[in-house]
Amino acid sequence: MVTKVAPISGWGRYPVEPCELERPERYADLRPFEGGLIVRGQGRSYGDASLNENGRVLLTERVNRLLELDAEKGILRAEAGVTLAEALDVIVPKGWFLPVTPGTKFVSLGGCVAADVHGKNHHCDGSFGDHVLEMEMILADGRRMLCSPAEKPALFWATVGGMGLTGIIGEVALKLTPVQSGHMMVRHHSADNLEQLFQLLEDPATDDRYTVAWLDSLATGQHLGRGIAMFGHHASREELPSGMESSSKPKRSHSIPFDFPAFALNSLSIGAFNALYYSREGRKREPFLSGYDPYFYPLDAIGNWNRLYGKRGFMQYQCVIPGSAAFEGIKTVLEKLSGSRRPSFLAVLKRFGAQGKGLLSFPMAGYTLALDLPIRDEGLFDLLAELDKVVLKHGGRVYLAKDARLSAESFRAMYPRYNDWLKIKKAADPKNIFSSNLSRRLKIAEEAA
Amino acid sequence: MSQAVLILGATSAIARATAAAFARQGYALYLASRDVDELRRIAADLQLRYGVEVRHGVFDAEATATHEAFFQSVVKAMPALHGMVLAFGFLGDQMAARDFKLGEKIIAANFTGAASILSHCANYFEPLKRGFIIGISSVAGDRGRQSNYVYGAAKGALSLYLQGLRNRLFASGVRVITIKPGFVDTAMTYGLPGLFLVASPQDIGARIVRSLDKPADVVYLPWFWRYIMLIIRHIPEPVFKRLKL
Ligand SMILES: Cc1cc2nc3c(=O)[nH]c(=O)nc-3n(C[C@H](O)[C@H](O)[C@H](O)COP(=O)(O)OP(=O)(O)OC[C@H]3O[C@@H](n4cnc5c(N)ncnc54)[C@H](O)[C@@H]3O)c2cc1C
Ligand SMILES: NC(=O)c1ccc[n+]([C@@H]2O[C@H](COP(=O)([O-])OP(=O)(O)OC[C@H]3O[C@@H](n4cnc5c(N)ncnc54)[C@H](OP(=O)(O)O)[C@@H]3O)[C@@H](O)[C@H]2O)c1
Repeated sequence: MVTKVAPISGWGRYPVEPCELERPERYADLRPFEGGLIVRGQGRSYGDASLNENGRVLLTERVNRLLELDAEKGILRAEAGVTLAEALDVIVPKGWFLPVTPGTKFVSLGGCVAADVHGKNHHCDGSFGDHVLEMEMILADGRRMLCSPAEKPALFWATVGGMGLTGIIGEVALKLTPVQSGHMMVRHHSADNLEQLFQLLEDPATDDRYTVAWLDSLATGQHLGRGIAMFGHHASREELPSGMESSSKPKRSHSIPFDFPAFALNSLSIGAFNALYYSREGRKREPFLSGYDPYFYPLDAIGNWNRLYGKRGFMQYQCVIPGSAAFEGIKTVLEKLSGSRRPSFLAVLKRFGAQGKGLLSFPMAGYTLALDLPIRDEGLFDLLAELDKVVLKHGGRVYLAKDARLSAESFRAMYPRYNDWLKIKKAADPKNIFSSNLSRRLKIAEEAA
Repeated sequence: MSQAVLILGATSAIARATAAAFARQGYALYLASRDVDELRRIAADLQLRYGVEVRHGVFDAEATATHEAFFQSVVKAMPALHGMVLAFGFLGDQMAARDFKLGEKIIAANFTGAASILSHCANYFEPLKRGFIIGISSVAGDRGRQSNYVYGAAKGALSLYLQGLRNRLFASGVRVITIKPGFVDTAMTYGLPGLFLVASPQDIGARIVRSLDKPADVVYLPWFWRYIMLIIRHIPEPVFKRLKL
């Protein structure tokens, strides 16, 4: 098939690598390439997971057909290139919602399986892979294979969270969540410091199906970790005022047409924004209705917002710290961050439920923190390596779907089920055909780092 | 019963987008090409997204002997057939100019096959005194160039055929529209060198359907190709033959 050579990157726009892009339009053309390849969905992972420098990258964007919707049972079968946005358009009017959704709907089903993505409901509903009933894979030798938790469970759980390294995900059957409306019922509570924020997120009295907290990453001292906890659930019919239509229409989106100069987002502007946001959003204590779009995907309203961070791109650092060590660990990370005077525009804290079965999946019971950090200089890499140490010391890990710089050693220490995963990878793909910049950086196909 | 449109070459990205634009308006669809597995997938997708009836069947433009039976089966499945979009086409490669075996396939797929199925279609709509025929030709058919004149000749012949058909069917009130796209981002052009002003298939598909609401008989898509081709057609032959196009 004809390919096209072009420089591509993940959502963080770092690194940028020339790749040989292949874009099949037919399902039968989703095939492995002898010389090695990695699959790319919507390229919304932040770092180098969907890059293959000077090698083949198989794009699924045109293999995006919805195949079947069982509107009784709530089961959607579709090709892996279908985006969550496309799925939502069809399922919401029929009374169904995605069982798990990340903070953008412009991701593919394949990408959601491969990264085993989590949403604000992880503590209630687990991660994406928990709701996949079955998938068709195309393996390194070209064979098509159905796998599910019952059929080929090892391959299934190595692929869920496996970052595209076990084979091509062709079709996905997903169990949906029933909803009575396209609206969300939301509450905000503000917290003056990290301790209060943790209390809010832990309190069964305030808990809801979806929870997440926004942090003011510039607050220091006694205000360290001040933020707003946001709680929500799908609004029931009774909660809608009469006459309100049950689905919510997405607003038109705006787009960032050019790269912002890197200084646009500095401590001052972010500080001003945070103070404003904190006082405005913190006041919304009374429950209010929100469309599902602004609730789940506020950033999608601004296309290409990644350009706000300037030409050199940015990194998202997302870590999770388990159990009782979480508070100390997250606090230390925030202290190091504020000590570095590197402002993070976005800082999000979330409580995770139990770890799932995906062998390389990110979530584990504890707290996860995500920080968006512009790349200004090499110093950022040193800071993040230091944060890795904190995370490791507290038994946590870093999310591969957001990563572009973790070391092979740290990876092995953070993912204890990696050895089990590697056995399955070697059986399914003995020649290591599925390989990416991320997999080579982490020396993932090699026994030792 | 909703009006139905037959889409030939339905697995092409332009056709898929055109079908979606028709489905959005509530038309039922009959999709045809040689690749049944793909047709099944596209049909399921359109049905789910737009809630219209979508059927599909096998059609090979080169197998002209099968066209009459094929067309009858479409009419049987879709008694409310109201229009057709001829979207199939085959670009082939440079070698076709040197090797007639290859060139013959290009002519068969783009022209002979088209002429064959169009005749059945026209014979059906003419006595009904309604309906439309949209043929996707190409700007490549507007002037012969050394880089792809076999394809260009076949598309040029198709444009001429559609022109004649329009003249014939005018009296019966059957609309015949010739679409001449410039470069479109599809499997046909992906990775080819020298592309410029490349349009998305979604944009082209939506405009193809909109052309039914406008008076123009020959539609360049996007519109600026009309002027690009106007210039290209007016370069005097003594100059043109020296160019590397
Ligand atoms: C604004 C924003 C918010 C986000 N919020 C969250 C969040 O809340 N929670 C969360 O978990 N993640 C979140 N993410 C990350 C994102 O959901 C994941 O990175 C997801 O994998 C992206 O999907 P994609 O289709 O863009 O995949 P890509 O980035 O193209 O690929 C990601 C990985 O999946 C593999 N892959 C993709 N398709 C296939 C396939 N068909 N077969 C095999 N492998 C495949 C690739 O090889 C790669 O390793 C967010 C990202 C953004 C930009
Ligand atoms: N892309 C461009 O830049 C461009 C520009 C101008 C005009 N066009 C024209 O636009 C139309 C759509 O093209 P595209 O770019 O979407 O190309 P494409 O993806 O290559 O699609 C070509 C289509 O033609 C069908 N086809 C080819 N030979 C056939 C045959 N013998 N019998 C039946 N169907 C046949 C194929 O279906 P199966 O393989 O499933 O049978 C496929 O659906 C074509 O007529 C093309 O010439 C394209």
